[in-house]
Amino acid sequence: MISRNLKNRYLIAKIFHGFCFSVAWLGVLILGILLFHVTREGFPWLDMQFLTEFPSRFPAKAGIKSALYGTLWLISFTALISVPIGIGAGVYLEEFAKKNRLTQFIDLNIANLAGVPSIVYGMLGLVIFVRWFGLEQSVLAGSMTMSLLILPVIIISTREALRAVPNTIRQAAFALGATRWQTVSAHVLPAAFPGVLTGIILALSRAIGETAPLIMIGALTYVAFVPEGPMDDFTALPIQIFNWASRPQKEFHELAAAGILVLLFVLLLMNSLAVIIRHRLEKRKQ
Amino acid sequence: MQSSSSGLAENKSVLRLGRSKRWSEECIKAVLFLCASISVLTTFAIVWILIREAGIFFQEVPVSDFLFGTLWAPLLEPRSFGVLPLVCGTILIVVGTALFALPVGLATAIYMSEYASSTIRSILKPILEVLAGIPTVVYGYFALTFITPLLREIYPEVQIFNAASASIVVGIMILPMVASLCDDTLRAVPDSLRQGGYAVGATQCEVTIGVVVPSSLSGIMASFVLALSRAIGETMAVTLAAGATPNMTLDPFVAIQTMTAYIVQVSLGDTPAGEIGYQTIFAVSALLFIITLCMNVFSNKLLRRFREVYE
Repeated sequence: MISRNLKNRYLIAKIFHGFCFSVAWLGVLILGILLFHVTREGFPWLDMQFLTEFPSRFPAKAGIKSALYGTLWLISFTALISVPIGIGAGVYLEEFAKKNRLTQFIDLNIANLAGVPSIVYGMLGLVIFVRWFGLEQSVLAGSMTMSLLILPVIIISTREALRAVPNTIRQAAFALGATRWQTVSAHVLPAAFPGVLTGIILALSRAIGETAPLIMIGALTYVAFVPEGPMDDFTALPIQIFNWASRPQKEFHELAAAGILVLLFVLLLMNSLAVIIRHRLEKRKQ
Repeated sequence: MQSSSSGLAENKSVLRLGRSKRWSEECIKAVLFLCASISVLTTFAIVWILIREAGIFFQEVPVSDFLFGTLWAPLLEPRSFGVLPLVCGTILIVVGTALFALPVGLATAIYMSEYASSTIRSILKPILEVLAGIPTVVYGYFALTFITPLLREIYPEVQIFNAASASIVVGIMILPMVASLCDDTLRAVPDSLRQGGYAVGATQCEVTIGVVVPSSLSGIMASFVLALSRAIGETMAVTLAAGATPNMTLDPFVAIQTMTAYIVQVSLGDTPAGEIGYQTIFAVSALLFIITLCMNVFSNKLLRRFREVYE
């Protein structure tokens, strides 16, 4: 009786192990299916013409030139705005701020901002940047909205990277009479740089894929020109993909798949860049 | 005498240098503080805008009509501003997402923290992170062109736009988040608890289910709440896959509309700004913001309590 019970318990343990194992690899399987499906649908459409043509009513002539340029403009300005502010805020909170009520409040506030739905940021951008600042549906309005959206990510990852820097480095600098800013700018930040950079690239990757806030501020879905400055109208890759995917015709769905391949390629490029830079910096440190 | 006076002068210049250094130090500190305060400004701006713009809407429509009305037809005459169909659509998505992502995410976390070797972990975790990094519009496309046709093959009555396929992809999307947060909390459980379980003769499964999971329950709950709040705010996947038909239904195979999808629909449409139909998106956003904020605050509290126990 007892041994049968034991057998059952072992059996259950085995089944449970098997269940957890197969479920854990389910995610990988789904990723594989998704990538396979997108590639199968979109790959035949992927050629130079697709990259160099403007969108069109005719699937055979349509391309993503304006969306690709729009995304480049958008991400460049988003990086210009969000990176200095994000690092500055992270440095302040980690290195300068005293542990008082105000700091705690800012802390809590950032944690909660990270959970606000992206579409609400779109609302914010619509009312403040588009209407009040009078920026219209420009690249600048989009970049500012995106910057607010990804700031919490940059701040949080900057802080984590700074926290990982050993305190002995700070103490050594202070012992030589350096001020706090000298310590941070010359020693702590360079030491934390690989971590900070990873956070920035992760945040910018998120901004590249975001669609909802751009739709909220009124970024156009059909653009047959390339933006030439920060005040120009624009469209972006995810918007173009959304536009094609929401049409009923199968050809447009396949165009959307081709657009997705380009988008995923850009994301892959950025992430590999992050890995390479990180690797280099860490090697140099050793 | 001579040497002491030059020493004094030197001292003075050092002092002056010190002062200007301190002054620039203060300047830098102030600039950095400004950077940090932008986040607070953002929060205030969000709250203020939502209150102001939703206020314009609520001047014309009573709050109770909005919250408890069961017909949502804000753009066509006769107009009706009951938000419940949108809330119902959102809940349907969240329930479907939870049914898929929570068990799968927790089991994945259990596998990673209790069973997998560190090599397998170091392979599995980055792959799941890739899944989390894929833009939501891609998931919308995937639902529309892969999941829905699949569902229709199994069960032909499924509509082209339906809640089921949208909740499956939203589930896939938040799965890595659930897995990674749960993994963190499971790993924070001290090993002595596990060893106590083995010492009384429990199997690994019994230790996991009877000891490890219950002792990290508040952490697991926190990650569930956080992930579901993400599902509520999810926009593009549900816009593409779940449809644009406000519907009070519990049937996952028909078209519905979520709060987020409605907001997108209006901002893509040609409703003129300032009109009451347009103003509805601020009321819906305010509701969305309040719901997700409450969930996030609750989840952060749970997480803090969990950390106090083990760290």
